Amino acid sequence: MKVLVTVKEVAEVADDFEIAGTEVDERYLEYDLNEWDDYAVEEAVQLKEDGPAEEVVTVTIGPERSEETIRMALAKGADRAVRVWDDALEDVDMLDVETKTNLLEAVVEEEDPDLVLTGVQSGDDALGATGVSLADELGFQWGAVVNALDYDADENVAHVHRELEGGVEELTDIDLPAVLTIQTGINEPRYASLRGIRQAQSKEIAPKTLDDIGLDADAVESDLTMTSMYEPESESDAEIFEGDAGETAGRLAEVLREKGVAE
Amino acid sequence: MTDVLAVTEHRRGELRDVSFEVITAGRQLADQTGGDLHLAVVGGDTESFADTLNREGVDAIHTVSEGEEFNHDVYAQAVEALHAEVDPQVLLMPNSVNGLDYAPAVANRLDLPLATDAVDFEYDDGLSVTREMYGSKVETTVDVGGDRQAVTIRGAEWPAAEGVGDAEISEFDADVDTDTGSTVTGFEEVGGGDVDISEADFIVSIGRGIEEEDNLPLIEDLVEATDATLASSRPIVDNGWLPKNRQVGQSGKVVTPTVYLAIGISGAVQHVAGMKGSDTIVAVNTDPNAPIFDIADYGIVGDLFDVVPELIEEFE
Repeated sequence: MKVLVTVKEVAEVADDFEIAGTEVDERYLEYDLNEWDDYAVEEAVQLKEDGPAEEVVTVTIGPERSEETIRMALAKGADRAVRVWDDALEDVDMLDVETKTNLLEAVVEEEDPDLVLTGVQSGDDALGATGVSLADELGFQWGAVVNALDYDADENVAHVHRELEGGVEELTDIDLPAVLTIQTGINEPRYASLRGIRQAQSKEIAPKTLDDIGLDADAVESDLTMTSMYEPESESDAEIFEGDAGETAGRLAEVLREKGVAE
Repeated sequence: MTDVLAVTEHRRGELRDVSFEVITAGRQLADQTGGDLHLAVVGGDTESFADTLNREGVDAIHTVSEGEEFNHDVYAQAVEALHAEVDPQVLLMPNSVNGLDYAPAVANRLDLPLATDAVDFEYDDGLSVTREMYGSKVETTVDVGGDRQAVTIRGAEWPAAEGVGDAEISEFDADVDTDTGSTVTGFEEVGGGDVDISEADFIVSIGRGIEEEDNLPLIEDLVEATDATLASSRPIVDNGWLPKNRQVGQSGKVVTPTVYLAIGISGAVQHVAGMKGSDTIVAVNTDPNAPIFDIADYGIVGDLFDVVPELIEEFE
């Protein structure tokens, strides 16, 4: 079977930052592999190591800069990568779910995987909707927020746990082909080994334009327009203990004693 | 095309809190669009659910009797059919785990632009939604285009609707095809384990700030010196440093101790959902802007590796 993993490069914002217009100023951003996608990549690579998957391909919507992040996924064991980008995407400040669905659908149709893994959400815009939308568009089955996956090759079924709220998991059987959105904690993502990093250098990252995947600029017209960005106002009315570590710990100890929880 | 259709949620025979929150949110929006608020109840004991959901501000409740528990194929079909019937301006759904399992499919089928995880919205000639980005570091307002829109709302952002309403309750035949490719086979409670943190009186809870597993013994010393119960935020459990039954938050346990001491926890909304009911919340964090301070009663802006040893000394 072939597994396709969506891999997104996301920006992480420093503790102190400034906003310029509707963006965080570039100086305060660091780019990294989306945390949820890291778990999805690991799950795919484990499927390959355990036997059922023959090939793991990643797909990324991102500019050339994102190849650094894509190499990370390749170093962890993905076989090759597809990267979709186009000038028409440069000016879109927020890609909506439909646009991402259109782009990924075109790649899925070309690659024809049996299983697509995505992260539950991305750490930047956190829409959390692309995987399920993609599955529906493709006519695939799906499962959202999967935190355990056991693939049964005889039945071609994924036995999954979906992590519900409040410490409850739902057990679901999902026929393949399917899209599963992967939750953190499903596995322990590996660090890329030096050997992996070296090997990744020679793996293919195929750049694709809209034209290459049979779409035109209309496919990336987003229905979401960001009109403002601001830091949320702090609502804190906490009493902050001042002083060095000894003094603040002393005040905290007083509170714990007052409340009767520690002696 | 001024109405609002809001979808409710239940699990294992009980309506979930977000069902009552989506009424409040839906009413707010319907007042702005100038239309009626319709609710959808899909599956389970629809009759009794509809009675309970008949609160102030609800104009109509549509029940779809199909299945006992949530199934995304059934929900997607039912909501799609109801959308055609009601023809609302905005479709509201919960941004819950199950909401995330059908809302994007519904939006795709109906060709509706989808804005997820809304914490507020306003309708004035068009829909504008407030949401967060970068792990709650910034808030954004987003204009949602299209003739009609779909929105999922964050739990616990709107108060639960109260009062008794006089909605018209009717059964809707959604003509659902139940021959689907996914089957729910059961539920599992996550790790009862050695300790029930939801019973604890004093919780010392740790987050990403402890940096590595080797630093756990420091916290364990504090727990021992103060006779506290050890808990954590999600990343600690994801890393396998503590078992799942220690996790506080939306997908973990809800705790209500006398004192909740949050050490190195930034206070993501999912974590706060599990501990905001604590009597007294104390936070230790290096970042003075960490959202945990918004809900804390007392705070120390400082390095836990300096503060915790001093605190241990106080109790030894």
